[in-house]
Amino acid sequence: PHLIRSINDPEHPLTLEELNVVEQVRVQVSDPESTVAVAFTPTIPHCSMATLIGLSIKVKLLRSLPQRFKMDVHITPGTHASEHAVNKQLADKERVAAALENTHLLEVVNQCLSARS
Amino acid sequence: DVKSGSYTVLQVVEALGSSLENPEPRTRERGIQLLSQVLLQCHSLLLEKEVVHLILFYENRLKDHHLVIPSVLRGLRALSLCVTLPPGLAVSVLKAIFQEVHVQSLPQVDRHTVYSIITNFMRTREEELKGLGADFTFGFIQVMDGEKDPRNLLVAFRIVHDLISRDYSLGPFVEELFEVTSCYFPIDFTPPPNDPHGIQRDDLILSLRAVLASTPRFAEFLLPLLIEKVDSEILSAKLDSLQTLNACCAVYGQKELKDFLPSLWASIRREVFQTASERVEAEGLAALHSLTACLSRSVLRADAEDLLDFFLSNILQDCRHHLCEPDMKLVWPSAKLLQAAAGASARACHHITSNVLPLLLEQFHKHSQSNQRRTILEMILGFLKLQQKWSSEDKGERPLSAFKDQLCSLVFTALTDPNTQLQLVGIRTLTVLGAQPDLLSPGDLELAVGHLYRLSFLEEDAQSCRVAALEASGTLATLYPAAFSSHLVPKLAEELCVGESDLAREDGSTKRSRHLHCLQALSAVSTHPSIVKETLPLLLQHLCQVNQGNVVAEPSEVIAVCQSLQRVAEKCQLDPESCWYFHQTAIPCLLALAVQASMPEKEHSIMRKVLLEDEVLAAMVSVIGTATTHLSPDLAAQSVACIVPLFLDGNISFLPENSFPCRFQPFQDGSSGQRRLVALLMAFVCSLPRNVEIPQLNQLMQELLELSCCQGCPFSSTAAAKCFAGLLNKHPAGQQLDEFLQLAVDKVEAGLGSGAHRSQAFTLLLWVTKALVLRYHPLSSCLTDRLMGLLSDSELGPKAADGFSLLMSDCTDVLTRAGHADVRIMFRQRFFTDNVPALVQGFHAAPQDVKPNYLKGLSHVLNRLPKPVLLPELPTLLSLLLEALSCPDCVVQLSTLSCLQPLLLEAPQVMSLHVDTLVTKFLNLSSSPSMAVRIAALQCMHALTRLPTPVLLPYKPQVIRALAKPLDDKKRLVRKEAVSARGEWFLLGSPGS
Repeated sequence: PHLIRSINDPEHPLTLEELNVVEQVRVQVSDPESTVAVAFTPTIPHCSMATLIGLSIKVKLLRSLPQRFKMDVHITPGTHASEHAVNKQLADKERVAAALENTHLLEVVNQCLSARS
Repeated sequence: DVKSGSYTVLQVVEALGSSLENPEPRTRERGIQLLSQVLLQCHSLLLEKEVVHLILFYENRLKDHHLVIPSVLRGLRALSLCVTLPPGLAVSVLKAIFQEVHVQSLPQVDRHTVYSIITNFMRTREEELKGLGADFTFGFIQVMDGEKDPRNLLVAFRIVHDLISRDYSLGPFVEELFEVTSCYFPIDFTPPPNDPHGIQRDDLILSLRAVLASTPRFAEFLLPLLIEKVDSEILSAKLDSLQTLNACCAVYGQKELKDFLPSLWASIRREVFQTASERVEAEGLAALHSLTACLSRSVLRADAEDLLDFFLSNILQDCRHHLCEPDMKLVWPSAKLLQAAAGASARACHHITSNVLPLLLEQFHKHSQSNQRRTILEMILGFLKLQQKWSSEDKGERPLSAFKDQLCSLVFTALTDPNTQLQLVGIRTLTVLGAQPDLLSPGDLELAVGHLYRLSFLEEDAQSCRVAALEASGTLATLYPAAFSSHLVPKLAEELCVGESDLAREDGSTKRSRHLHCLQALSAVSTHPSIVKETLPLLLQHLCQVNQGNVVAEPSEVIAVCQSLQRVAEKCQLDPESCWYFHQTAIPCLLALAVQASMPEKEHSIMRKVLLEDEVLAAMVSVIGTATTHLSPDLAAQSVACIVPLFLDGNISFLPENSFPCRFQPFQDGSSGQRRLVALLMAFVCSLPRNVEIPQLNQLMQELLELSCCQGCPFSSTAAAKCFAGLLNKHPAGQQLDEFLQLAVDKVEAGLGSGAHRSQAFTLLLWVTKALVLRYHPLSSCLTDRLMGLLSDSELGPKAADGFSLLMSDCTDVLTRAGHADVRIMFRQRFFTDNVPALVQGFHAAPQDVKPNYLKGLSHVLNRLPKPVLLPELPTLLSLLLEALSCPDCVVQLSTLSCLQPLLLEAPQVMSLHVDTLVTKFLNLSSSPSMAVRIAALQCMHALTRLPTPVLLPYKPQVIRALAKPLDDKKRLVRKEAVSARGEWFLLGSPGS
């Protein structure tokens, strides 16, 4: 849970925790079963950045957790207009991998993950 | 030759005659150049008559060919330095220059010469130049119009500043003068790389700002310009404009600002509300602050409208409604704007608080969520703090008293809220309210103290709140000692007694933590002498009871009491009276308890022995030290006259309780328990001011030496060695010191040779060496060599290596600066320079099995060294450090890693030569069995990312794969480091990083 609190929002100079996008109660970790589930709440129901935020969380977890973990990043139910579409994208391993091949996308994600200057 | 007087200037002129008059301008130029050079060398020797002739000649030459002009100007510059220049000539020279020379078509150097001439005249002929009236100003405006070189601009700005500040007549040319300088605003200049002139952007900005903000007469032109630039898109222009506005407010008055206030406010508000950068926000707030201060300064005429009230009403109108929306983005910017204005003057503060406080109080009750309330209370706190700033100035008004009851009830609501953040703000607000003189009533105080009492016992998860409550108690107790004495101390005393009888029962652990909190609260409120008089006896009594009870006291409990005593002692240090009270009360009591515990007894009580355990004694040592360092020398002498005889002669008469079953003779045949108490003697005598004479010093030193080589109890022999070293360090140079040293050296040598006492002798050597190294004593190098020799000793080698760490580090109990020891500032650097070459050499010469000792010693020395000293030596030492990383000893690894980590950050270029070794070794160590080594290795992996990226990229895939393993480490702290290191490695060479 401490890993994603400091991710920067792509549109605001604040972290996801400061914006209440991620909250402690919506993160479930099970060490024996090696699973992590993160539900995040976009700032507004039509937030165009939802996919990007989800992707940033996912990438941060990929980089920070041991390989044995299975991770599930999704939108808190009922908080976004196109919830299912975004969730589907985030759950699709190949699409995530493809997204990270995209230099521009990777650049934005890295900016979100850089420590605050 | 002219300088020495063998020729006169006249002779030079005559000799040059032909070339000065030569029709060919180049030849003329050379002649004049030579003459000017001569004049520059000897302007101080010229006679008045000569000066007059030369000036006439040079003025005339100004009309000459353009090739000649530069040399003419140089000559005039030399002449402008002449003291003998008769009145009237300065003006005529300047007039000639203004008339004949088109300055801006000259090269930079010659323009600079013109500025120098003007500066020289302004310095020495101010009255004459003022006689020129506005013509001088106009002439100068023409000279500098179009100047482009930063070096010249600095001088020109300086001249304009002097024109204004020395009150030269500007006449009708105010606007022209403004135009000719303001055209450079905002300064946009980047010094070229390798600029030899060293002019920085900031130099220009500041000198231009000094000009623009030097007079209110520029206001009508400058303010529109500033508003325009604040509104621009360029960050540096915004900053510069706001800072310049800030500077202007120091000289402006209402009159200048009046017409521009609405636009200024609109611009500042926009910048703060849409804060793009923290600096712009800060500068905007600062500008608003000075604007308000400027408006508050002006004296009001009875009939004039009050601009300040008008301006503040504007601000309030624009900000008020944002304060009512604690969830929205603009709430804090609004509060900051209001607070910036309120911080400017008492009048502004009163105006704003009387408007805002009722509103905020109402809003607090309207909003019920804890985090909204927290925001509101935090704003209230901000305004209260400002009130505090002004309340000291005018005693008459108490604007807060009208809101006092509401504020108190609001704070108490906050203190009982389940939300810790809100509680924290509540505690801070309470402290600020308490600091207002005569605001809180006795009833309020009793309630407040009650709340603080409750908060002092909060459990672990509200740690921050508990700490804040303790701190608040401390602050308020200095102001209201009576309230704390009557409402808090008795409750704490009761609490302390409650647990005593049933500490060992089932709920022992919660009791214990309550006890601990109680002890901390007692020390926290001991900030006032009258409270110390109550808390200290309580603590001492508690310590006695812990030792007399029927249950076995845990060492941790005794230590907790000692720590509490220690904090009280720290608080007493500043007040000489409390300091003596503490010393005189606590030290005999502690000594009595310890002596009592050291007595042999028939029925062996285990508990008594608790007091003699290493950690407990260490805790008492720091209490005694703290209670001694700040004593005045005469009081310390009184105390030393009791304590030294106690240890040397067993004189126990000054102890409060002194009927013991047998004599106290720690240095003679006393039991091992008695000998351990030498640590307490050490704590006392090694903390005394240097000029306090110690009775029976000779005997004491000999006894200490004897004990330091006694077998059987390392604790007491080490204490004796440290005590000996502590006294040695402070002893004035001279025969007696040399005798003590000789005794010590003999003792060490005898011990090292004997076999049985080698380890004790080594400890003595180490401490004596440290005492001498700290004070740069000549014998220290000899002892250090002895120590270094022991590195290859099969038995003592590892100990000697660790000894280097002790030599370089700061002690906490003896040989401290606080304890008046003689500690020279640069002793580490000196030790490094004197000994590292020998260590390196020793390493190369040493047989394989003792090489690690040298590495360990070296890494200890380097580790404690200030990094700037180490950097130049790095290339030669680095290979040794890398070798130390492969040494199997965890301590060496850790010490080397912590030495390398800052070097990676500070000298990435040198380190990148060894990147291959570094990566491999760090990764190996990241799976070391020692957690501390794993953490340090991962921190080094993180620091490695500061090396130039191209060097690192080949290793990236390997590192990322390798760092996946520590992500699953069983220790959280290791995982944390692994995450941050791996995250940084991912970003290397990636877009967007």
